[in-house]
Amino acid sequence: MQNLVDGIVKAFQLLIQGDPEVIRITLLSLQVSGLATIISLLLGLPIGTFLALVNFPTKRFWISVINTGMALPPVVVGLIVSIFLWRSGPLGDLHLIYTPTAIVIAQVLISFPVAAGLIISALQQLDPRLRIQMLGLGASKIQMVLVLWKEARLPMFAAIIAAFGSVISEVGASMMVGGNLEGHTRVLTTAIVLETSRGVFASAIALSIILIGIAFLVNLGLTTIQQRNR
Amino acid sequence: MDTLLEIRNLAIMAGQNRILNLPELDVNRNEVLVLLGPNGAGKSTLLQAAAGLIKPTSGSVRFSGFSRLSDLEYRRKVSTVFQSPLLLTDTVRNNIATGLSFRGLSRKETYERVDRWMDLLHISHIKDRQARVLSGGEAQRVSLARAFCLETELILMDEPFSAVDAPTRQELLDDLRGVLSKTSQTCMYVTHDIDEALTIGDRVAVMFGGDLHQIGPVQTIFNHPKTPEVAAFMGVENIIPGVVAQANENIVSIKSGNTIVESVGNLPVGSSVFICLRPEDITLYTAEEEIRPSTARNRLLCRITSMVHQGSLIRVEMDSGIRLIALVTRPSVQELGLDVGRQVYAVFKASAIHLLPAKSANL
Repeated sequence: MQNLVDGIVKAFQLLIQGDPEVIRITLLSLQVSGLATIISLLLGLPIGTFLALVNFPTKRFWISVINTGMALPPVVVGLIVSIFLWRSGPLGDLHLIYTPTAIVIAQVLISFPVAAGLIISALQQLDPRLRIQMLGLGASKIQMVLVLWKEARLPMFAAIIAAFGSVISEVGASMMVGGNLEGHTRVLTTAIVLETSRGVFASAIALSIILIGIAFLVNLGLTTIQQRNR
Repeated sequence: MDTLLEIRNLAIMAGQNRILNLPELDVNRNEVLVLLGPNGAGKSTLLQAAAGLIKPTSGSVRFSGFSRLSDLEYRRKVSTVFQSPLLLTDTVRNNIATGLSFRGLSRKETYERVDRWMDLLHISHIKDRQARVLSGGEAQRVSLARAFCLETELILMDEPFSAVDAPTRQELLDDLRGVLSKTSQTCMYVTHDIDEALTIGDRVAVMFGGDLHQIGPVQTIFNHPKTPEVAAFMGVENIIPGVVAQANENIVSIKSGNTIVESVGNLPVGSSVFICLRPEDITLYTAEEEIRPSTARNRLLCRITSMVHQGSLIRVEMDSGIRLIALVTRPSVQELGLDVGRQVYAVFKASAIHLLPAKSANL
Protein backbone atom coordinates (compact mmCIF):
# COMPACT_ATOMS: atom_id res chain seq x y z
CA MET A 1 0.00 0.00 0.00
CA GLN A 2 2.87 2.28 0.91
CA ASN A 3 4.29 1.67 -2.59
CA LEU A 4 1.15 3.04 -4.17
CA VAL A 5 1.10 6.17 -2.02
CA ASP A 6 4.82 6.75 -2.59
CA GLY A 7 4.30 6.27 -6.30
CA ILE A 8 1.52 8.82 -6.50
CA VAL A 9 3.52 11.36 -4.46
CA LYS A 10 6.59 10.76 -6.62
CA ALA A 11 4.58 11.05 -9.80
CA PHE A 12 3.43 14.51 -8.87
CA GLN A 13 6.95 15.48 -7.81
CA LEU A 14 8.28 14.35 -11.17
CA LEU A 15 5.56 16.17 -13.02
CA ILE A 16 5.82 19.38 -11.06
CA GLN A 17 9.63 19.37 -11.15
CA GLY A 18 9.48 18.69 -14.89
CA ASP A 19 12.04 15.88 -14.68
CA PRO A 20 13.82 16.00 -18.08
CA GLU A 21 14.04 12.22 -18.42
CA VAL A 22 10.33 11.74 -17.73
CA ILE A 23 9.44 14.52 -20.14
CA ARG A 24 11.65 12.99 -22.83
CA ILE A 25 10.11 9.55 -22.35
CA THR A 26 6.62 10.99 -22.41
CA LEU A 27 7.21 13.06 -25.53
CA LEU A 28 8.80 10.12 -27.34
CA SER A 29 5.80 7.93 -26.48
CA LEU A 30 3.43 10.55 -27.84
CA GLN A 31 5.51 11.10 -30.98
CA VAL A 32 5.96 7.43 -31.78
CA SER A 33 2.40 6.35 -31.07
CA GLY A 34 0.89 9.49 -32.59
CA LEU A 35 2.87 9.03 -35.79
CA ALA A 36 1.99 5.32 -35.92
CA THR A 37 -1.70 6.21 -35.52
CA ILE A 38 -1.57 8.82 -38.28
CA ILE A 39 0.19 6.43 -40.68
CA SER A 40 -2.34 3.70 -39.82
CA LEU A 41 -5.19 6.05 -40.66
CA LEU A 42 -3.57 7.19 -43.90
CA LEU A 43 -3.33 3.53 -44.92
CA GLY A 44 -6.52 2.38 -43.21
CA LEU A 45 -8.86 4.95 -44.74
CA PRO A 46 -8.30 4.06 -48.40
CA ILE A 47 -7.78 0.34 -47.82
CA GLY A 48 -10.67 0.03 -45.36
CA THR A 49 -12.96 2.02 -47.66
CA PHE A 50 -11.98 -0.11 -50.63
CA LEU A 51 -12.58 -3.36 -48.75
CA ALA A 52 -15.90 -2.09 -47.37
CA LEU A 53 -17.36 -0.77 -50.61
CA VAL A 54 -15.87 -2.62 -53.56
CA ASN A 55 -16.88 -6.17 -54.36
CA PHE A 56 -14.23 -8.53 -55.65
CA PRO A 57 -13.67 -12.29 -55.37
CA THR A 58 -11.22 -12.44 -52.43
CA LYS A 59 -12.86 -9.63 -50.45
CA ARG A 60 -13.95 -11.82 -47.51
CA PHE A 61 -10.49 -13.31 -47.23
CA TRP A 62 -8.86 -9.89 -46.91
CA ILE A 63 -11.40 -8.63 -44.40
CA SER A 64 -10.73 -11.77 -42.33
CA VAL A 65 -7.00 -11.06 -42.53
CA ILE A 66 -7.57 -7.52 -41.24
CA ASN A 67 -9.89 -8.72 -38.49
CA THR A 68 -7.33 -11.29 -37.39
CA GLY A 69 -4.73 -8.52 -37.43
CA MET A 70 -6.83 -6.61 -34.89
CA ALA A 71 -5.94 -9.31 -32.36
CA LEU A 72 -2.28 -9.62 -33.35
CA PRO A 73 -0.10 -10.00 -30.21
CA PRO A 74 2.45 -7.14 -30.04
CA VAL A 75 5.24 -9.57 -29.17
CA VAL A 76 4.64 -11.47 -32.40
CA VAL A 77 4.79 -8.19 -34.32
CA GLY A 78 7.99 -7.36 -32.39
CA LEU A 79 9.47 -10.69 -33.40
CA ILE A 80 8.62 -10.29 -37.08
CA VAL A 81 9.89 -6.71 -37.26
CA SER A 82 13.05 -7.73 -35.39
CA ILE A 83 13.74 -10.51 -37.88
CA PHE A 84 13.41 -8.09 -40.78
CA LEU A 85 15.39 -5.25 -39.22
CA TRP A 86 18.09 -7.38 -37.55
CA ARG A 87 21.56 -6.47 -38.74
CA SER A 88 21.81 -9.68 -40.73
CA GLY A 89 18.14 -9.55 -41.74
CA PRO A 90 16.64 -8.62 -45.11
CA LEU A 91 16.39 -4.92 -44.17
CA GLY A 92 19.42 -4.88 -41.90
CA ASP A 93 21.29 -2.42 -44.11
CA LEU A 94 18.79 0.27 -43.14
CA HIS A 95 20.18 0.17 -39.56
CA LEU A 96 16.75 0.69 -38.09
CA ILE A 97 16.74 -1.86 -35.26
CA TYR A 98 16.73 -0.16 -31.82
CA THR A 99 15.62 3.18 -33.26
CA PRO A 100 12.34 5.10 -32.72
CA THR A 101 11.59 4.44 -36.42
CA ALA A 102 11.61 0.70 -35.71
CA ILE A 103 9.04 1.24 -32.95
CA VAL A 104 6.87 3.28 -35.32
CA ILE A 105 7.02 0.48 -37.93
CA ALA A 106 6.02 -2.14 -35.35
CA GLN A 107 3.23 0.05 -33.99
CA VAL A 108 1.86 0.72 -37.47
CA LEU A 109 1.60 -3.06 -37.97
CA ILE A 110 -0.35 -3.23 -34.70
CA SER A 111 -2.66 -0.25 -35.20
CA PHE A 112 -3.28 -0.47 -38.96
CA PRO A 113 -5.53 -3.55 -38.72
CA VAL A 114 -7.41 -1.91 -35.84
CA ALA A 115 -7.98 1.26 -37.84
CA ALA A 116 -8.82 -0.52 -41.10
CA GLY A 117 -11.04 -3.14 -39.42
CA LEU A 118 -13.11 -0.56 -37.57
CA ILE A 119 -13.35 1.65 -40.68
CA ILE A 120 -14.64 -1.35 -42.65
CA SER A 121 -17.29 -2.09 -40.06
CA ALA A 122 -18.19 1.60 -39.71
CA LEU A 123 -18.85 1.88 -43.45
CA GLN A 124 -20.58 -1.47 -43.73
CA GLN A 125 -23.03 -0.46 -41.01
CA LEU A 126 -24.44 2.17 -43.35
CA ASP A 127 -27.46 1.29 -45.46
CA PRO A 128 -25.97 0.00 -48.74
CA ARG A 129 -28.77 1.78 -50.61
CA LEU A 130 -27.33 5.10 -49.43
CA ARG A 131 -24.56 4.73 -52.03
CA ILE A 132 -27.09 4.24 -54.83
CA GLN A 133 -29.09 7.21 -53.55
CA MET A 134 -26.04 9.49 -53.51
CA LEU A 135 -25.01 8.43 -57.02
CA GLY A 136 -28.64 8.96 -58.03
CA LEU A 137 -28.38 12.55 -56.80
CA GLY A 138 -25.36 13.15 -59.00
CA ALA A 139 -22.43 12.42 -56.67
CA SER A 140 -19.09 11.54 -58.23
CA LYS A 141 -17.46 8.43 -56.77
CA ILE A 142 -15.23 10.58 -54.56
CA GLN A 143 -18.13 12.75 -53.39
CA MET A 144 -20.04 9.58 -52.54
CA VAL A 145 -17.15 8.27 -50.41
CA LEU A 146 -16.85 11.63 -48.62
CA VAL A 147 -20.57 11.54 -47.79
CA LEU A 148 -20.22 8.00 -46.45
CA TRP A 149 -17.23 8.97 -44.28
CA LYS A 150 -19.16 11.90 -42.91
CA GLU A 151 -22.25 9.78 -42.31
CA ALA A 152 -20.14 7.19 -40.44
CA ARG A 153 -18.20 9.82 -38.50
CA LEU A 154 -19.01 8.48 -35.02
CA PRO A 155 -17.65 4.96 -35.56
CA MET A 156 -14.82 6.41 -37.67
CA PHE A 157 -13.68 8.44 -34.66
CA ALA A 158 -13.94 5.27 -32.60
CA ALA A 159 -11.46 3.76 -35.07
CA ILE A 160 -8.97 6.59 -34.38
CA ILE A 161 -9.41 6.22 -30.62
CA ALA A 162 -8.95 2.45 -30.75
CA ALA A 163 -5.93 2.67 -33.07
CA PHE A 164 -4.15 5.13 -30.77
CA GLY A 165 -5.14 3.08 -27.72
CA SER A 166 -3.71 -0.09 -29.23
CA VAL A 167 -0.21 1.41 -29.55
CA ILE A 168 0.18 3.86 -26.67
CA SER A 169 -0.39 0.95 -24.29
CA GLU A 170 1.65 -1.75 -26.04
CA VAL A 171 4.99 -2.83 -24.62
CA GLY A 172 6.16 -6.07 -26.25
CA ALA A 173 6.97 -4.75 -29.69
CA SER A 174 8.50 -1.49 -28.44
CA MET A 175 10.76 -3.42 -26.15
CA MET A 176 11.88 -5.91 -28.80
CA VAL A 177 12.51 -3.54 -31.71
CA GLY A 178 13.38 -0.42 -29.68
CA GLY A 179 15.56 -2.05 -27.06
CA ASN A 180 14.49 0.37 -24.29
CA LEU A 181 17.68 2.40 -24.72
CA GLU A 182 17.84 5.25 -22.27
CA GLY A 183 17.52 8.63 -23.94
CA HIS A 184 16.97 7.02 -27.31
CA THR A 185 14.15 4.47 -27.52
CA ARG A 186 12.76 4.38 -24.00
CA VAL A 187 9.00 4.97 -24.01
CA LEU A 188 6.54 5.00 -21.11
CA THR A 189 5.58 1.34 -21.29
CA THR A 190 9.12 0.02 -21.59
CA ALA A 191 10.25 2.31 -18.79
CA ILE A 192 7.49 0.93 -16.55
CA VAL A 193 8.64 -2.63 -17.26
CA LEU A 194 12.22 -1.69 -16.45
CA GLU A 195 11.39 0.12 -13.20
CA THR A 196 9.17 -2.75 -12.08
CA SER A 197 11.84 -5.34 -12.82
CA ARG A 198 14.30 -3.28 -10.80
CA GLY A 199 11.82 -3.18 -7.93
CA VAL A 200 11.47 0.60 -8.12
CA PHE A 201 7.71 0.49 -7.82
CA ALA A 202 7.28 4.15 -6.98
CA SER A 203 8.84 5.21 -10.25
CA ALA A 204 6.86 2.58 -12.17
CA ILE A 205 3.62 3.80 -10.65
CA ALA A 206 4.50 7.41 -11.44
CA LEU A 207 5.09 6.54 -15.09
CA SER A 208 1.88 4.50 -15.16
CA ILE A 209 -0.12 7.43 -13.90
CA ILE A 210 1.41 9.63 -16.60
CA LEU A 211 0.62 6.98 -19.23
CA ILE A 212 -2.98 6.66 -18.15
CA GLY A 213 -3.26 10.44 -17.90
CA ILE A 214 -2.00 10.90 -21.46
CA ALA A 215 -4.29 8.20 -22.80
CA PHE A 216 -7.16 9.87 -21.00
CA LEU A 217 -6.37 13.37 -22.28
CA VAL A 218 -5.90 12.25 -25.86
CA ASN A 219 -9.11 10.24 -25.78
CA LEU A 220 -10.96 13.07 -24.08
CA GLY A 221 -9.92 15.36 -26.91
CA LEU A 222 -10.95 12.88 -29.61
CA THR A 223 -14.19 12.01 -27.84
CA THR A 224 -15.07 15.68 -27.49
CA ILE A 225 -14.68 16.16 -31.23
CA GLN A 226 -16.62 12.96 -31.89
CA GLN A 227 -19.56 13.86 -29.70
CA ARG A 228 -19.70 17.45 -30.91
CA ASN A 229 -20.20 16.11 -34.43
CA ARG A 230 -23.19 14.00 -33.53
CA MET B 1 -44.15 14.54 -79.52
CA ASP B 2 -40.83 15.68 -78.11
CA THR B 3 -38.80 12.68 -77.00
CA LEU B 4 -36.56 13.17 -73.97
CA LEU B 5 -35.16 9.72 -73.29
CA GLU B 6 -34.64 6.96 -75.84
CA ILE B 7 -34.32 3.36 -74.73
CA ARG B 8 -33.31 0.92 -77.45
CA ASN B 9 -32.82 -2.85 -77.41
CA LEU B 10 -32.19 -2.78 -73.70
CA ALA B 11 -31.31 -6.11 -72.11
CA ILE B 12 -30.19 -6.65 -68.56
CA MET B 13 -29.06 -10.06 -67.36
CA ALA B 14 -28.46 -11.28 -63.83
CA GLY B 15 -26.20 -14.26 -64.39
CA GLN B 16 -28.10 -16.44 -66.85
CA ASN B 17 -31.46 -14.77 -66.19
CA ARG B 18 -32.73 -12.04 -68.43
CA ILE B 19 -34.42 -9.65 -66.02
CA LEU B 20 -35.21 -6.99 -68.57
CA ASN B 21 -35.81 -7.09 -72.29
CA LEU B 22 -37.01 -3.87 -73.85
CA PRO B 23 -36.78 -3.39 -77.63
CA GLU B 24 -37.96 0.22 -77.58
CA LEU B 25 -39.30 2.79 -75.15
CA ASP B 26 -39.42 6.57 -75.45
CA VAL B 27 -40.03 8.93 -72.56
CA ASN B 28 -41.65 12.13 -73.80
CA ARG B 29 -40.75 15.54 -72.47
CA ASN B 30 -43.11 16.82 -69.74
CA GLU B 31 -44.95 13.53 -69.26
CA VAL B 32 -45.36 11.32 -66.24
CA LEU B 33 -44.72 7.79 -67.43
CA VAL B 34 -45.76 5.15 -64.91
CA LEU B 35 -44.06 1.77 -64.96
CA LEU B 36 -46.68 -0.61 -63.62
CA GLY B 37 -46.41 -4.28 -62.85
CA PRO B 38 -46.10 -6.88 -60.10
CA ASN B 39 -42.92 -7.57 -58.13
CA GLY B 40 -40.17 -8.97 -60.31
CA ALA B 41 -41.55 -7.35 -63.47
CA GLY B 42 -38.28 -5.48 -64.03
CA LYS B 43 -39.69 -2.00 -63.34
CA SER B 44 -37.05 -1.05 -60.77
CA THR B 45 -34.31 -2.47 -62.93
CA LEU B 46 -35.50 -0.35 -65.84
CA LEU B 47 -35.63 2.71 -63.57
CA GLN B 48 -32.08 2.12 -62.34
CA ALA B 49 -30.87 1.70 -65.89
CA ALA B 50 -32.59 4.97 -66.80
CA ALA B 51 -30.83 6.57 -63.81
CA GLY B 52 -27.45 5.37 -65.05
CA LEU B 53 -27.02 3.33 -61.88
CA ILE B 54 -26.74 -0.07 -63.56
CA LYS B 55 -24.98 -0.89 -66.78
CA PRO B 56 -27.14 -2.59 -69.39
CA THR B 57 -25.89 -5.95 -70.65
CA SER B 58 -26.71 -4.66 -74.12
CA GLY B 59 -28.62 -1.84 -75.72
CA SER B 60 -28.73 1.83 -74.90
CA VAL B 61 -30.43 4.45 -72.78
CA ARG B 62 -29.72 7.98 -73.87
CA PHE B 63 -31.06 11.50 -73.82
CA SER B 64 -32.21 12.71 -77.25
CA GLY B 65 -29.48 14.72 -78.84
CA PHE B 66 -26.82 13.63 -76.34
CA SER B 67 -25.02 10.62 -77.68
CA ARG B 68 -21.77 11.05 -75.77
CA LEU B 69 -22.18 11.74 -72.08
CA SER B 70 -19.81 10.51 -69.39
CA ASP B 71 -21.39 8.44 -66.60
CA LEU B 72 -21.28 11.41 -64.27
CA GLU B 73 -22.69 13.86 -66.83
CA TYR B 74 -25.51 11.42 -67.50
CA ARG B 75 -26.29 10.90 -63.81
CA ARG B 76 -26.42 14.64 -63.29
CA LYS B 77 -29.22 14.95 -65.83
CA VAL B 78 -31.48 12.81 -63.64
CA SER B 79 -32.46 12.66 -60.00
CA THR B 80 -33.95 9.84 -57.98
CA VAL B 81 -36.42 9.17 -55.20
CA PHE B 82 -36.56 5.69 -53.71
CA GLN B 83 -39.02 3.87 -51.48
CA SER B 84 -36.83 4.59 -48.47
CA PRO B 85 -35.98 8.30 -48.10
CA LEU B 86 -32.31 7.53 -47.22
CA LEU B 87 -31.59 10.87 -45.56
CA LEU B 88 -28.23 11.83 -44.04
CA THR B 89 -27.66 12.54 -40.34
CA ASP B 90 -28.14 16.28 -40.74
CA THR B 91 -30.84 18.94 -40.82
CA VAL B 92 -33.70 18.89 -43.30
CA ARG B 93 -32.29 21.93 -45.09
CA ASN B 94 -28.82 20.43 -45.50
CA ASN B 95 -30.30 17.14 -46.63
CA ILE B 96 -32.23 18.84 -49.40
CA ALA B 97 -29.04 20.66 -50.44
CA THR B 98 -27.12 17.36 -50.83
CA GLY B 99 -27.43 17.02 -54.60
CA LEU B 100 -26.82 20.72 -55.20
CA SER B 101 -23.61 20.57 -53.17
CA PHE B 102 -22.37 17.77 -55.47
CA ARG B 103 -22.84 20.15 -58.39
CA GLY B 104 -20.87 22.92 -56.72
CA LEU B 105 -23.61 25.55 -56.74
CA SER B 106 -22.96 28.75 -54.82
CA ARG B 107 -24.25 28.86 -51.27
CA LYS B 108 -26.68 31.61 -52.12
CA GLU B 109 -28.20 29.84 -55.09
CA THR B 110 -28.28 26.52 -53.23
CA TYR B 111 -30.32 27.89 -50.35
CA GLU B 112 -32.59 29.92 -52.61
CA ARG B 113 -33.54 26.74 -54.43
CA VAL B 114 -33.75 24.67 -51.24
CA ASP B 115 -36.07 27.23 -49.64
CA ARG B 116 -38.28 27.43 -52.72
CA TRP B 117 -38.72 23.67 -52.88
CA MET B 118 -39.31 23.33 -49.16
CA ASP B 119 -42.10 25.82 -49.67
CA LEU B 120 -43.60 23.94 -52.63
CA LEU B 121 -43.59 20.68 -50.68
CA HIS B 122 -44.87 22.26 -47.44
CA ILE B 123 -41.86 21.48 -45.25
CA SER B 124 -40.49 24.97 -44.58
CA HIS B 125 -41.58 24.71 -40.95
CA ILE B 126 -39.28 21.73 -40.29
CA LYS B 127 -36.19 23.03 -42.10
CA ASP B 128 -33.94 23.04 -39.01
CA ARG B 129 -35.06 19.69 -37.70
CA GLN B 130 -32.71 16.71 -37.69
CA ALA B 131 -33.66 14.19 -40.37
CA ARG B 132 -33.72 11.30 -37.88
CA VAL B 133 -36.69 12.74 -35.95
CA LEU B 134 -38.98 13.09 -38.98
CA SER B 135 -42.10 11.01 -39.56
CA GLY B 136 -42.17 8.71 -42.60
CA GLY B 137 -44.29 11.14 -44.60
CA GLU B 138 -42.11 14.15 -43.73
CA ALA B 139 -38.94 12.24 -44.57
CA GLN B 140 -40.35 11.31 -47.98
CA ARG B 141 -41.24 14.97 -48.61
CA VAL B 142 -37.61 15.86 -47.85
CA SER B 143 -36.50 13.18 -50.28
CA LEU B 144 -38.83 14.64 -52.93
CA ALA B 145 -37.57 18.19 -52.34
CA ARG B 146 -33.98 16.93 -52.52
CA ALA B 147 -34.66 15.45 -55.97
CA PHE B 148 -36.86 18.26 -57.32
CA CYS B 149 -34.52 21.09 -56.30
CA LEU B 150 -31.89 19.71 -58.70
CA GLU B 151 -34.29 20.69 -61.50
CA THR B 152 -32.97 17.90 -63.70
CA GLU B 153 -34.47 16.97 -67.04
CA LEU B 154 -35.83 13.72 -65.65
CA ILE B 155 -36.92 12.59 -62.19
CA LEU B 156 -37.11 8.89 -61.43
CA MET B 157 -39.26 7.59 -58.58
CA ASP B 158 -39.27 4.00 -57.38
CA GLU B 159 -42.40 3.28 -55.34
CA PRO B 160 -41.83 6.43 -53.31
CA PHE B 161 -44.95 6.11 -51.18
CA SER B 162 -45.33 2.38 -50.70
CA ALA B 163 -43.88 2.51 -47.18
CA VAL B 164 -46.09 5.29 -45.78
CA ASP B 165 -49.56 4.84 -44.30
CA ALA B 166 -52.62 5.19 -46.52
CA PRO B 167 -53.89 8.68 -45.55
CA THR B 168 -50.37 10.19 -45.72
CA ARG B 169 -49.85 8.48 -49.03
CA GLN B 170 -52.95 10.06 -50.53
CA GLU B 171 -51.80 13.50 -49.34
CA LEU B 172 -48.30 12.97 -50.74
CA LEU B 173 -49.69 11.71 -54.01
CA ASP B 174 -51.98 14.73 -54.38
CA ASP B 175 -49.15 17.15 -53.60
CA LEU B 176 -46.79 15.35 -55.95
CA ARG B 177 -49.34 15.48 -58.74
CA GLY B 178 -49.75 19.21 -58.12
CA VAL B 179 -46.01 19.86 -58.24
CA LEU B 180 -45.54 17.71 -61.35
CA SER B 181 -48.25 19.49 -63.29
CA LYS B 182 -47.18 22.94 -62.08
CA THR B 183 -43.57 22.39 -63.16
CA SER B 184 -44.16 20.13 -66.21
CA GLN B 185 -41.38 17.99 -64.79
CA THR B 186 -40.72 14.83 -66.80
CA CYS B 187 -40.99 11.85 -64.51
CA MET B 188 -40.77 8.06 -64.60
CA TYR B 189 -42.70 6.58 -61.73
CA VAL B 190 -42.58 2.93 -60.66
CA THR B 191 -45.51 1.42 -58.81
CA HIS B 192 -47.45 -1.80 -58.49
CA ASP B 193 -50.57 0.10 -57.45
CA ILE B 194 -53.17 0.70 -60.19
CA ASP B 195 -54.82 3.56 -58.28
CA GLU B 196 -51.48 5.39 -58.00
CA ALA B 197 -50.93 4.85 -61.71
CA LEU B 198 -54.39 6.22 -62.52
CA THR B 199 -53.88 9.25 -60.24
CA ILE B 200 -50.47 10.31 -61.40
CA GLY B 201 -49.73 8.86 -64.83
CA ASP B 202 -50.13 10.45 -68.24
CA ARG B 203 -49.03 7.21 -69.84
CA VAL B 204 -48.64 3.78 -68.32
CA ALA B 205 -46.20 1.06 -69.32
CA VAL B 206 -47.29 -2.32 -68.00
CA MET B 207 -44.51 -4.85 -67.45
CA PHE B 208 -44.38 -8.54 -66.62
CA GLY B 209 -41.34 -10.78 -66.22
CA GLY B 210 -38.96 -8.25 -67.75
CA ASP B 211 -41.13 -7.59 -70.82
CA LEU B 212 -43.16 -4.55 -71.74
CA HIS B 213 -46.69 -5.78 -72.45
CA GLN B 214 -48.48 -2.55 -73.24
CA ILE B 215 -47.88 1.16 -73.18
CA GLY B 216 -50.40 3.92 -73.65
CA PRO B 217 -52.69 6.46 -72.01
CA VAL B 218 -54.04 5.33 -68.65
CA GLN B 219 -57.66 4.97 -69.81
CA THR B 220 -56.71 2.92 -72.87
CA ILE B 221 -54.79 0.45 -70.74
CA PHE B 222 -57.65 0.28 -68.28
CA ASN B 223 -60.38 -0.25 -70.87
CA HIS B 224 -58.52 -2.08 -73.62
CA PRO B 225 -55.80 -4.28 -72.18
CA LYS B 226 -53.80 -6.03 -74.86
CA THR B 227 -52.70 -9.20 -73.08
CA PRO B 228 -54.38 -11.46 -70.48
CA GLU B 229 -51.68 -10.48 -67.97
CA VAL B 230 -52.39 -6.77 -68.40
CA ALA B 231 -56.14 -7.45 -68.23
CA ALA B 232 -55.75 -9.43 -65.00
CA PHE B 233 -53.51 -6.75 -63.50
CA MET B 234 -56.03 -4.05 -64.37
CA GLY B 235 -58.69 -5.88 -62.35
CA VAL B 236 -60.31 -8.01 -65.05
CA GLU B 237 -60.91 -11.13 -63.00
CA ASN B 238 -62.77 -13.13 -65.64
CA ILE B 239 -60.41 -14.15 -68.42
CA ILE B 240 -61.90 -17.16 -70.18
CA PRO B 241 -60.43 -18.90 -73.25
CA GLY B 242 -62.85 -19.68 -76.06
CA VAL B 243 -63.33 -20.06 -79.80
CA VAL B 244 -65.50 -17.92 -82.09
CA ALA B 245 -68.38 -20.19 -83.15
CA GLN B 246 -70.52 -17.73 -85.04
CA ALA B 247 -70.04 -14.21 -86.36
CA ASN B 248 -72.66 -11.75 -87.59
CA GLU B 249 -72.57 -7.96 -87.80
CA ASN B 250 -70.32 -6.95 -84.93
CA ILE B 251 -71.64 -9.65 -82.64
CA VAL B 252 -69.73 -12.87 -82.19
CA SER B 253 -70.75 -16.00 -80.32
CA ILE B 254 -67.91 -17.57 -78.41
CA LYS B 255 -67.93 -21.14 -77.24
CA SER B 256 -66.06 -22.05 -74.09
CA GLY B 257 -66.70 -25.65 -73.09
CA ASN B 258 -70.46 -26.03 -73.39
CA THR B 259 -71.14 -22.39 -72.65
CA ILE B 260 -71.90 -19.81 -75.32
CA VAL B 261 -71.19 -16.14 -74.66
CA GLU B 262 -72.08 -13.29 -76.99
CA SER B 263 -69.78 -10.35 -77.35
CA VAL B 264 -69.40 -7.24 -79.42
CA GLY B 265 -66.54 -7.88 -81.82
CA ASN B 266 -65.47 -8.65 -85.33
CA LEU B 267 -63.49 -11.84 -85.56
CA PRO B 268 -63.64 -14.71 -88.05
CA VAL B 269 -65.21 -18.01 -87.02
CA GLY B 270 -62.64 -20.36 -85.54
CA SER B 271 -60.46 -17.66 -83.93
CA SER B 272 -59.13 -18.44 -80.47
CA VAL B 273 -59.86 -15.64 -78.05
CA PHE B 274 -59.88 -14.67 -74.41
CA ILE B 275 -63.17 -13.36 -73.05
CA CYS B 276 -62.32 -10.52 -70.63
CA LEU B 277 -65.06 -9.42 -68.26
CA ARG B 278 -64.78 -7.18 -65.19
CA PRO B 279 -66.48 -8.63 -62.13
CA GLU B 280 -68.34 -5.38 -61.51
CA ASP B 281 -70.00 -5.70 -64.95
CA ILE B 282 -71.89 -8.86 -63.97
CA THR B 283 -75.36 -8.51 -62.45
CA LEU B 284 -76.88 -11.40 -60.48
CA TYR B 285 -80.51 -12.55 -60.33
CA THR B 286 -81.87 -15.47 -58.36
CA ALA B 287 -83.01 -18.38 -60.50
CA GLU B 288 -86.64 -17.98 -59.41
CA GLU B 289 -86.72 -14.27 -60.10
CA GLU B 290 -88.40 -12.80 -63.15
CA ILE B 291 -85.57 -11.16 -65.06
CA ARG B 292 -86.39 -7.61 -66.02
CA PRO B 293 -86.17 -6.98 -69.74
CA SER B 294 -82.78 -5.52 -70.56
CA THR B 295 -80.33 -5.18 -73.38
CA ALA B 296 -77.98 -7.66 -71.74
CA ARG B 297 -77.49 -10.48 -74.20
CA ASN B 298 -75.82 -12.94 -71.86
CA ARG B 299 -77.70 -14.84 -69.19
CA LEU B 300 -75.89 -17.83 -67.65
CA LEU B 301 -77.34 -20.11 -65.02
CA CYS B 302 -74.66 -20.66 -62.37
CA ARG B 303 -74.19 -22.18 -58.94
CA ILE B 304 -72.42 -20.07 -56.29
CA THR B 305 -69.24 -21.83 -55.14
CA SER B 306 -67.80 -19.22 -52.75
CA MET B 307 -68.40 -15.79 -51.28
CA VAL B 308 -65.59 -13.68 -49.84
CA HIS B 309 -65.59 -10.17 -48.39
CA GLN B 310 -63.43 -7.81 -50.39
CA GLY B 311 -63.42 -4.29 -48.95
CA SER B 312 -66.94 -2.93 -49.04
CA LEU B 313 -68.02 -5.48 -51.65
CA ILE B 314 -68.49 -9.22 -51.74
CA ARG B 315 -66.73 -11.34 -54.29
CA VAL B 316 -68.99 -14.11 -55.55
CA GLU B 317 -67.47 -17.05 -57.37
CA MET B 318 -69.79 -19.08 -59.61
CA ASP B 319 -69.73 -22.11 -61.84
CA SER B 320 -71.75 -22.36 -65.04
CA GLY B 321 -69.50 -24.66 -66.96
CA ILE B 322 -67.11 -21.70 -66.95
CA ARG B 323 -65.88 -20.08 -63.76
CA LEU B 324 -67.21 -16.55 -63.25
CA ILE B 325 -66.46 -13.95 -60.60
CA ALA B 326 -68.82 -11.10 -59.75
CA LEU B 327 -68.58 -8.23 -57.26
CA VAL B 328 -71.81 -7.35 -55.50
CA THR B 329 -72.75 -4.95 -52.74
CA ARG B 330 -73.81 -6.17 -49.31
CA PRO B 331 -77.42 -4.94 -49.71
CA SER B 332 -77.74 -6.94 -52.95
CA VAL B 333 -76.46 -10.06 -51.23
CA GLN B 334 -79.13 -9.67 -48.56
CA GLU B 335 -81.90 -8.73 -50.98
CA LEU B 336 -81.20 -11.71 -53.23
CA GLY B 337 -80.46 -14.03 -50.34
CA LEU B 338 -77.24 -15.15 -51.99
CA ASP B 339 -75.43 -18.07 -50.42
CA VAL B 340 -72.99 -20.76 -51.39
CA GLY B 341 -74.76 -23.52 -53.32
CA ARG B 342 -77.60 -21.33 -54.59
CA GLN B 343 -78.44 -21.07 -58.27
CA VAL B 344 -78.32 -17.64 -59.84
CA TYR B 345 -78.33 -16.05 -63.25
CA ALA B 346 -75.21 -14.09 -64.16
CA VAL B 347 -76.26 -11.37 -66.60
CA PHE B 348 -73.89 -9.16 -68.59
CA LYS B 349 -73.92 -7.11 -71.75
CA ALA B 350 -72.22 -8.13 -74.96
CA SER B 351 -70.52 -4.73 -74.89
CA ALA B 352 -69.06 -5.33 -71.41
CA ILE B 353 -66.82 -8.00 -72.87
CA HIS B 354 -63.39 -7.13 -74.17
CA LEU B 355 -62.03 -9.76 -76.54
CA LEU B 356 -58.36 -10.56 -76.77
CA PRO B 357 -57.19 -12.56 -79.78
CA ALA B 358 -55.31 -15.52 -78.34
CA LYS B 359 -52.26 -15.01 -80.53
CA SER B 360 -51.42 -11.67 -78.93
CA ALA B 361 -51.78 -13.54 -75.66
CA ASN B 362 -48.68 -15.50 -76.58
CA LEU B 363 -46.48 -12.40 -76.32
